[in-house]
Amino acid sequence: MEIQVVKNVLDANLAVANQSREKFRRHGVFVVNVMSSPGSGKTTLLEKTLTRLASELRAGIIVGDVSTTHDAERLARSGVPVVQVNTDAFGGDCHLAAHVIAGALDSFDLSRLDLLIIENVGNLVCPAEFDIGEDAKAVVLSVTEGEDKPVKYPLMFRVCDVAVLNKIDLLPYLEYDRDAAVAYIHQVHDGMPIFELSAKTEQGMEAWLGWLREQVARKRSM
Amino acid sequence: MHEMGIALQIIDIATASIPEKMKPAHVESILLRVGKLSAVIPDNLRFCFEVASKGTAVEGAALRIEEVPVVARCRACGCSWTLNGPAFRCEACGSGNIEVISGRELDIVSIELEEGSDFP
Repeated sequence: MEIQVVKNVLDANLAVANQSREKFRRHGVFVVNVMSSPGSGKTTLLEKTLTRLASELRAGIIVGDVSTTHDAERLARSGVPVVQVNTDAFGGDCHLAAHVIAGALDSFDLSRLDLLIIENVGNLVCPAEFDIGEDAKAVVLSVTEGEDKPVKYPLMFRVCDVAVLNKIDLLPYLEYDRDAAVAYIHQVHDGMPIFELSAKTEQGMEAWLGWLREQVARKRSM
Repeated sequence: MHEMGIALQIIDIATASIPEKMKPAHVESILLRVGKLSAVIPDNLRFCFEVASKGTAVEGAALRIEEVPVVARCRACGCSWTLNGPAFRCEACGSGNIEVISGRELDIVSIELEEGSDFP
């Protein structure tokens, strides 16, 4: 006997994500989900971002890692509230799911935040699939990776709103074809804003920070 | 890579879909629709499902996976086409202003109960 179900498998995740989104809306907190492959320089980027924005906005960060607290320790030095969530309780999960974020929110006073950054697990596949209640998704790519990452992981580049091309200080030492990388990004996601920068030297950081400021201001005025 | 989490959700939803008056029933198969753009690999999903369903009402159920092609529609010229690779640009007019209208599905369509288990 056949029984019709017709239900999205990720419905339970979406329901929790929507609850978090409602909390963020109530408190006017702009939430950005930052994703990348491992080693793209995401933690350095966020360390610098938080340090540079510390005097003008109230920021917090949730750091996802399969295990270890190394990233959280680094980020705590920027002086903002950091909550580390490890996903290994379920066999080394490869992404942050909505319920993990919802649980971490208890550690923050959302009424005292303007910006919440969520550093997802380093992985270009699975995190693309999971809504965690964020306002925007950003993908970080670095010039030490292949130019064709966007076409190898199209879903990630489709679902993200902006891209950061990191480690551009290394360009003189590499055979990286920057134009090809930009073309691949736009092949998958036409018109996607790309912030080319070096988190290490802070060259190009201003445009990325400007985008974050703009989003925070917009969310606050809603 | 996250197929285990997906498998657990499928088990939850399928188990909850067995009508109360038919319990205990055994689920023989589950029909899924999986978009080609979704980050799910059917073989991995089958493996995870097999492991995770042990001891549940859906143990041993066959996963019938219907793959859904990636179809996009151009907002500029209105044409729609099936994508066979990661080129998200209109085939007719070249515009990048497109929307993906299918290919991200991850749905349980139906479950099939074993004959005889309707009337325990």
